[in-house]
Amino acid sequence: MSRVIEADNIVTRFGKHVVHQNLNLHVNRGEIYGLLGPSGCGKTTLMKEMVLLQKYQGGSMKVLGYDLNTIGHQKAQELRQQWGVLFQFGALYSSLNIYDNIAVSLREYTTISETLIAEIVSYKIDIVGLQQSVKEQYPSEISGGMKKKAGLARALVMDPKLLFLDEPTSGLDPISAREFDALILRLRTRFDLSIVMVTHDLDSIEATLDRVAILDEKKVVAEGDLATVKATDNRFVKSFFKGRPS
Amino acid sequence: MLSFNGNSLSLHAKVQGDTVVITVRGDMNVKSVALIESLLAELLSHPLPSKVFVWHLETLTRFDSAAALLLYTFDMKARSLGATCKFHAQTNHQHILDALYHRDYQSGGVTDDRLGMIASVGKMTIQKYHSFKDFLAFVGELFAALTIYLLNPKSIRFKEIYHAIEESSINALGIIALTTFLIGVVLAYQSSVQLKMYGANIFIVDMLGISVLRELAPLIAAIVIAGRSGSAFAAQIGVMKITEELDAMKTMGFDPYLFLVLPRIIALMIMMPLIIFFADVMAMLGGMVVASIELGISAQLFLDRFNEAVAMKHFFIGISKGPFFGFIIAAIGIFRGLMVENDTRSIGINTTKSVVEAIFMVIICDAVFSIIYTNMGI
Ligand SMILES: Nc1ncnc2c1ncn2[C@@H]1O[C@H](COP(=O)(O)OP(=O)(O)OP(=O)(O)O)[C@@H](O)[C@H]1O
Ligand SMILES: [Mg+2]
Repeated sequence: MSRVIEADNIVTRFGKHVVHQNLNLHVNRGEIYGLLGPSGCGKTTLMKEMVLLQKYQGGSMKVLGYDLNTIGHQKAQELRQQWGVLFQFGALYSSLNIYDNIAVSLREYTTISETLIAEIVSYKIDIVGLQQSVKEQYPSEISGGMKKKAGLARALVMDPKLLFLDEPTSGLDPISAREFDALILRLRTRFDLSIVMVTHDLDSIEATLDRVAILDEKKVVAEGDLATVKATDNRFVKSFFKGRPS
Repeated sequence: MLSFNGNSLSLHAKVQGDTVVITVRGDMNVKSVALIESLLAELLSHPLPSKVFVWHLETLTRFDSAAALLLYTFDMKARSLGATCKFHAQTNHQHILDALYHRDYQSGGVTDDRLGMIASVGKMTIQKYHSFKDFLAFVGELFAALTIYLLNPKSIRFKEIYHAIEESSINALGIIALTTFLIGVVLAYQSSVQLKMYGANIFIVDMLGISVLRELAPLIAAIVIAGRSGSAFAAQIGVMKITEELDAMKTMGFDPYLFLVLPRIIALMIMMPLIIFFADVMAMLGGMVVASIELGISAQLFLDRFNEAVAMKHFFIGISKGPFFGFIIAAIGIFRGLMVENDTRSIGINTTKSVVEAIFMVIICDAVFSIIYTNMGI
């Protein structure tokens, strides 16, 4: 399987408002793929469609080989354990401390002993760059950037093959943001991950993305590596990469 | 000495001289780790047959961090028993494993922070004490804000008051009408059975009139409003607190007490008496319907008797409770909203508390009124 995501002629409408009209894209295995585009062009919406949070009105979508048009409950549950999703603000469960937030999938889907769960949770907390002391804290007691890192640790706990990130570096300080980029790259090589992310962070785009899709005017107006995309004739592309060497 | 063959995983361990050779094939990942863990526990539970464990992992199809951590903890345990491990794995798998040996953090679970019974009783008592103090502070701020209103009537937010009246009272009239009408029906129906036995049919009017006007209508109305509007206050203000709307208002110089708190309290204090009046009418209507069907008392007769037997004071006593009930419901609802902390769970907790506490306080207040009026001889 060389393509982890294939979107074919996706149509999305909210009432009369058309967000996507025959949108096509694909994500290859092992790559870090970026969704870019002006505000309101439907990046978050597209990502939600990929993770079964929202229905599209036309076309077909395949994720990790599962056809989302015909997927049943059983298969969907199977699929959900193979990806990790990081929401823009972490979306941690407020009634659980950070430790339990990260451990919850392990407890629900496996019978791993608590000792090994403690090892796994501690490890994930370490690789996302958090202090071990956050384990006992509740989401309301930590900062926005820490919530994001904890959310990433939770998304990584089942060692997913596919990771979805919605604006992972927004709200992080520049140093943490660069660390985040390095972390993403490290994870990708070490764990054979494929990553789809929405981002507006130019440094992050340059540092991490292998391929990007520019969403504009309800379609993908350009797809490919950064150099190819920068060369396309599009208003958004021109102003977004303005002043950056290509 | 150990052999396992599964769908996507096989594990074989055999003793060769003074080494144990363990060969794993297939998927060694978070899904299969629990199984391998139990197999290994078995391996270590016997007296150690040898000093060296040699792992052959070259043909694994999957290997992730959970699996690596399992091997790492196995190695640590083996070391503590005086043995060593040797791993033969694909290069990228080896990297994952090697990284674990250079870690600089302390792993471990979290300590259980559940308290014993005595400790939790103590903690709860202190919490109640603090929340009572907070409530007093809230009432203090409320009256401070009220003085601003009174000294400077221009600062009264009439638009907000009107809005709160509509949301918390006018929109509640439907449910008030329904509940109180049904209370009237039920009450009349139950008493009609008894009264018929004594042939005292006409006294249904006295009975209903006094109990409804004086006690039942105010109480039922207050309970419905507490459940419907008090909880809405708590939830609205709680969400505003979480989304930092309240902080935004403060930084822009809009005092939340003037803009949010007082308008709601004033609205309910004005509207509660009117709601009670409305509840009176609906409950009596319910009673009248049953009286005419069950006891053959016509509407005309019912009203004549009502005029004669039910003194005006009962009506006024009922109505006079209105502003107090309104104050209690609105103040507790808003106070609970302000107590919401920075997480969604506390919205639920505080909304529930707002209803329970408001109903409780309304009943206490009603009891106090009852004592006062009885002592005054009315
Ligand atoms: N639930 C909804 N109901 C109606 N319209 C919606 C809904 N969700 C999104 N939209 C519309 O769909 C369009 C795409 O929204 P989306 O959130 O995907 O944008 P985005 O590309 O993620 O923008 P941003 O960069 O600002 O996050 C917007 O025009 C938005 O108004
Ligand atoms: Mg978005």
